[in-house]
Amino acid sequence: MQSAVSALEVRGLTKRFDRPAVDALDLTVRTGEFYALLGPNGAGKTTTLRMVAGLLRPDAGSVSILGVDALANPVAAKQIMAWVSDEPMIYDKLTPLEYLEFVAGLWGIDPAVSAPAAQALLASLGLEPHLHERCEGFSKGMRQKVALAGALVHDPRLIILDEPLTGLDALSARHVKGLLGERVRSGCTVIMTTHILEVAERMADRIGVIAAGRLVAEGTLTELRQQNGRNDTSLEDMFIALVDTEAAAA
Amino acid sequence: MNSTAALAWFARHEIRLAWREWLAMMTGSRGRRKRAIIALIVFAAVMHLPAYAVIGRFADLELPLGKPELIVITATIFLAWALMLSQAIESVTRVFYARADLDLIMSSPANLANVFSVRIVAIALSVTGMALLLSTPFVDVLVIGGGIRWLSAFGVVMAVGLTAAAVAIAITVLLFRLIGPSRTRLVAQILAAIIGAGFVIALQVAAILSYGTLSRFAVLTSDAAAVYAPALDSPLWWPARAAIGDGAVLSLLLAGGLVLLGAVMAIFSPRFAGTVVSVTATAPPARRAPGATAFRGGSRQQALRAKEFLLLRRDPWLISQSLMQLLYLVPPALMLWRSFSESSNAIVLITPVIVMAAGQLAGGLAWLTISGEDAADLVTTAPLPPSRVTRAKVEVVLIVIAAIFAPLIAALAFASVTQAAVTALGVVIATISAAAIQLWFRVQAKRSQFRRRQTSSRLATFAEAFCSIGWAATAALAVTIPVAAAISGAMTVMILAATWKISPRRD
Repeated sequence: MQSAVSALEVRGLTKRFDRPAVDALDLTVRTGEFYALLGPNGAGKTTTLRMVAGLLRPDAGSVSILGVDALANPVAAKQIMAWVSDEPMIYDKLTPLEYLEFVAGLWGIDPAVSAPAAQALLASLGLEPHLHERCEGFSKGMRQKVALAGALVHDPRLIILDEPLTGLDALSARHVKGLLGERVRSGCTVIMTTHILEVAERMADRIGVIAAGRLVAEGTLTELRQQNGRNDTSLEDMFIALVDTEAAAA
Repeated sequence: MNSTAALAWFARHEIRLAWREWLAMMTGSRGRRKRAIIALIVFAAVMHLPAYAVIGRFADLELPLGKPELIVITATIFLAWALMLSQAIESVTRVFYARADLDLIMSSPANLANVFSVRIVAIALSVTGMALLLSTPFVDVLVIGGGIRWLSAFGVVMAVGLTAAAVAIAITVLLFRLIGPSRTRLVAQILAAIIGAGFVIALQVAAILSYGTLSRFAVLTSDAAAVYAPALDSPLWWPARAAIGDGAVLSLLLAGGLVLLGAVMAIFSPRFAGTVVSVTATAPPARRAPGATAFRGGSRQQALRAKEFLLLRRDPWLISQSLMQLLYLVPPALMLWRSFSESSNAIVLITPVIVMAAGQLAGGLAWLTISGEDAADLVTTAPLPPSRVTRAKVEVVLIVIAAIFAPLIAALAFASVTQAAVTALGVVIATISAAAIQLWFRVQAKRSQFRRRQTSSRLATFAEAFCSIGWAATAALAVTIPVAAAISGAMTVMILAATWKISPRRD
């Protein structure tokens, strides 16, 4: 289920702090695909995604989300995407349902649509018994699930997740992966960073490897293996080899 | 390491932590520390002027004192004690709830009774140290004006600090036992606020009801107070006598303070560990909201405002702070009530009190709504322009301030429509100024950091305070001397303009 318009098109994206964090990055993610962005700590993954989500202003470059120029028209771009950070940012004093009501209100979703959708989402993530409890007593995993439900309640066409599985137990991680898989099958695009290479290997249609702010490899698992010259190697071995090569070149 | 060495080592660790926490609280980040320390020294030097105005006339007092002098000095010392008690209660709850090292300490093989004894001493030292620092300009003025015998006032401050810490620990631990760990924090915060403000307010209320004035000295220096006060040889006057240079009484007070603190340590240190366990082991009870499942409709700004109102309503810090602001409004409200039956010029004093309270409360509210955003990423990635987010948040501040102060202003209108109109305008301008300063100095933070909000920008804190005072003075002058109000207003606008000029958001 892919269309001509890319879900995400990044050109020459640059951000510099005390050193270049993202260095003239070009990246294209097709509509309806599950894209995993991998890279060592400090490679520029989160900075890239924060610029795409509108949380950080790039020094240079362009970002297009489903054909909408995200820098020129950020409100329209934000309407069709969702962002989930690795550190779940929710309100301690709200219940999961109140949180989702707030998110739906911010995105201007009709309450008649968002209320049942919120309940269904929370139920699918195993949070039904906690619908009316304030989040202040929740574990990190539960908070992450509430944040994820918040990202999905307005039915975004592009979902950007930064390490969404951090802190989740095996069952919760399976719930989340199932939910994301469903969204991709229904035509939504998912971009996710992860350090759990097995997740990328099993779920991603395509994988991008970023190092020192630049994309150093990209493709399906098979294509990456071909680029690496070994058909039997694991993603973990390829990832380490790529990152080592980049580090040596730097 | 033997137990004495271990205790000394832990005491050093506690002192270092307390020092760094205090320094961080006073100066913010490391880069600005030097400038902040210089500013603090300048501030302490400047504080000698108001200290002279308040206390300079007492420097010549000699023993033996008459009852009116004893009452005034004793009441002042009691006020200091109440404020230190409030500060100490806050410190004790922070040790229970906020220190990140409790797991480490509890899982270590150290003798917990000893460790917590050291911690109790650290609380007493930090409370006393802060009190000594704040009292220095006042004692300096007395020493310069009345001789070195006034140095014994420092000893009284120490004795008062020790007893305040001891009582605070006893109150907090008893609260744990009576109402449980989950409610203790909120109750302790509210108690601290009430204790801190209660004494002054009670005196003002008594002064208004008896003499029709806001001055608490009216009660303290009255004949009635002298008649009901105990005899001159009563131990009640010991703190006053010690402050003025009675060395024997001072020694008794210091010994009494130390014995009280020692007794509290002996009784409560072994139980401290159990109390800490009950706090850390007891997960906060799952607090349930009403079970409604239908979502409300409305615009995106309405969603933002509804969220802000809900969070403000559920914020214990704000509740205790608002309670304190409302307590301060009790005396002017009483004054207003009296003025309906008796014609009095004192009613003019209500205007600056209301405007000042509104400015201060608006500063806190503006920080909570504008800077204290727990889900900053969510709000930033929401499809609405930042200006609309800001507008919705400022509207919340204005609505809350209007809800709190409108009844008082409406009551004022029955006494004087002009004064009510001036007060309302003052409240609006003070609120907008406070919100603007928060916007210019906005630093994204968690709501739980509210207690330390002033460390993110010392400049914003001072600007906020000066603007509140400036608008309060302008409003008061507008009712009495309009020409002077124009000058005061222009000066406040200049403060605001200078604040904007040096704010990071100017660009």
